[in-house]
Amino acid sequence: MDWAGMYEQFAQIAKSGGDLAFWQDFYFKFYQAFIYSDRWLQYLKGVGTTLLVTACALLLGVALGGVVAVIRTAHDQQPSGRRDPLLGLLNIIARVYVTVIRGTPMMVQLLIMGMVIFASSRNFTAVGVLTLGINSGAYVSEIIRGGLMSIDPGQMEAGRSLGLGYITTMRVIVVPQAIKAVLPALGNEFIVLLKDTSLITVIGGKELLYAAQGVMSRTFEAMYPLLGIAAIYLVLVMIFTWLLGKLERRLRQSDRR
Amino acid sequence: MIAVKDLKKSFGKLTVLDGISLNIEKGDVICLVGPSGCGKSTFLRCLNRLEEPTGGHVFLDGQEVTEKDIDATRAKMGMVFQHFNLFPHKTVKQNITLAPVLLKRKTQAEADAQAMELLERIGLADKADTYPNMLSGGQKQRIAIIRALAMDPEVLLFDEPTSALDPEMVGEVLELMKDLAKSGMTMVVVTHEMGFAREVASRVIFIDKGKIQEDKPPQEFFDHPENPRLREFLSKVL
Repeated sequence: MDWAGMYEQFAQIAKSGGDLAFWQDFYFKFYQAFIYSDRWLQYLKGVGTTLLVTACALLLGVALGGVVAVIRTAHDQQPSGRRDPLLGLLNIIARVYVTVIRGTPMMVQLLIMGMVIFASSRNFTAVGVLTLGINSGAYVSEIIRGGLMSIDPGQMEAGRSLGLGYITTMRVIVVPQAIKAVLPALGNEFIVLLKDTSLITVIGGKELLYAAQGVMSRTFEAMYPLLGIAAIYLVLVMIFTWLLGKLERRLRQSDRR
Repeated sequence: MIAVKDLKKSFGKLTVLDGISLNIEKGDVICLVGPSGCGKSTFLRCLNRLEEPTGGHVFLDGQEVTEKDIDATRAKMGMVFQHFNLFPHKTVKQNITLAPVLLKRKTQAEADAQAMELLERIGLADKADTYPNMLSGGQKQRIAIIRALAMDPEVLLFDEPTSALDPEMVGEVLELMKDLAKSGMTMVVVTHEMGFAREVASRVIFIDKGKIQEDKPPQEFFDHPENPRLREFLSKVL
C-alpha cells in the first residue's frame, strides 16, 4: 500500500478546499503530525532528552535531597547541650534552600536560571537538568527527612550501643530502612519530575514538548502532536510506576512473615 | 571494672539522677530495681552515654568514659533493650555479624562461624537466615543478647529485657541470662523480675528519688530491707 501517496492525495483535496471523510481526515493529520518527513524522529529525540533530563535531575535531586535531609536530621538529633556550630550553619543553609525552592514556582526558577544566571549558556539541557535537580532536591529532602524520622530511635541506639559510629549507623541501619519507607513518596516525586521536564521548553530545552511545538508551528495543527506527546508521557509514567512497584516488592522481602 | 562517681542527670528542671556512686567488679551481676520513673533505666543509659549525664564521672577499667572515644567504649559495653531493637532489614545472622565485621574485629567468615556457634547455643541455628519479623518476642530478645555478645563485651547492660515479652516467653530469656551470669559475665540488669534478682544477682540495688537507697546481696535485700521506701516497694511487688 502506498501510504505516502495516500497522504499526498488527501493533502491535495484538503488544500483545494474539498471535504475529507472522517477517517481520511484522521489519516491525513496523523500522517502529517508523526510520519511526514520523518517527524517521528523529532519526537524520539524529544523522548531521549526527556529521559536524560529526568535521570540526571533525579540523581542530582536525590543526592542533594539526601545530603540536606541528613544534615537537618543530624542537627535535630544533637543532644541539646553540645551543638556543633558548623552543623548549625549547614542546617541554616539547608533550611534557606528548602524554603526558597519550595516557595517559588518551578517555571520562575527555570526562567531565572535560563535567562539571568546562565543567560549566556547555549546548553539548555544542562541548565534544565540543574534547575530541575535543585528543585527536586528540596522536595526529596523533606521526603527523606520524614523517612529518617519515622525510623524508631531504638535502631540508632542499637547501632550506637554496638560501637558503630553515627555515620556508619545512619548508612547501614537507618537509611536503608528509611528508603524502603519513603519509596512510594519518592516514586511520586519521580513521576512529577518526569512530567515537569516539559517545562524546560520555556528556556529552549529540546525535549518532547519542544518537538510537538515544532511540528505544530509547521502544520498549524495542535491536536495530534499534543495528544501524541500526552500519550507518550502517559506510557513513560506507567513504565516508571511498574518498575517502582517491582523495586518495592523486592525491598519488602524482609517484611514477609 | 566500672566505677561511677556522683552521677547526675536532669531533664530541664526534672532531676532524675541525683548523685549516684557505685563500683562494679568483674563478674558482678547487679540488679537495679525501683518504682517506674525512679531513674534506673536512665542510670543504665548514662553508663554508655546513650543519655549524656549532666554531672559526675563514669570510669571503665580506670579510663573515664567521655564522648571522645565513645564508640570504642560502647563496643566493650554491650546493651540489651526492652524492645530488642533488632535490625528488621537484616537476617538474624546479619544482625549478629554486622558490628564485628564493620568494626573490623572479625572477618565475615569468622563472624559467621561465631554467629552460628552462638545461635547453636540458644537453639536457634535454624533461624539464621530468617528475618526478625518472623520470630517470637522471646526469640528476638535472645538474639539481641547474642548480638551484643558477638562483640565480646566486658560487661552487658540489660534495660528491662523481659518487660515487653509475653509472660510465657520471659522464662527462656531469663534462662539465657542465668547461663551468662554463671559463665562469669559482668552484668548490670534493670529489671522487675524479683525472682531473677534473688536467684542470680550478686548485689541488688534499690533506686528511688534519683539516689541509691539500698545496695545489698539479694538474701539480705529481700529478707531484711532497711529503707522504709524499699519495704513499701517490696510489699507491692512481692
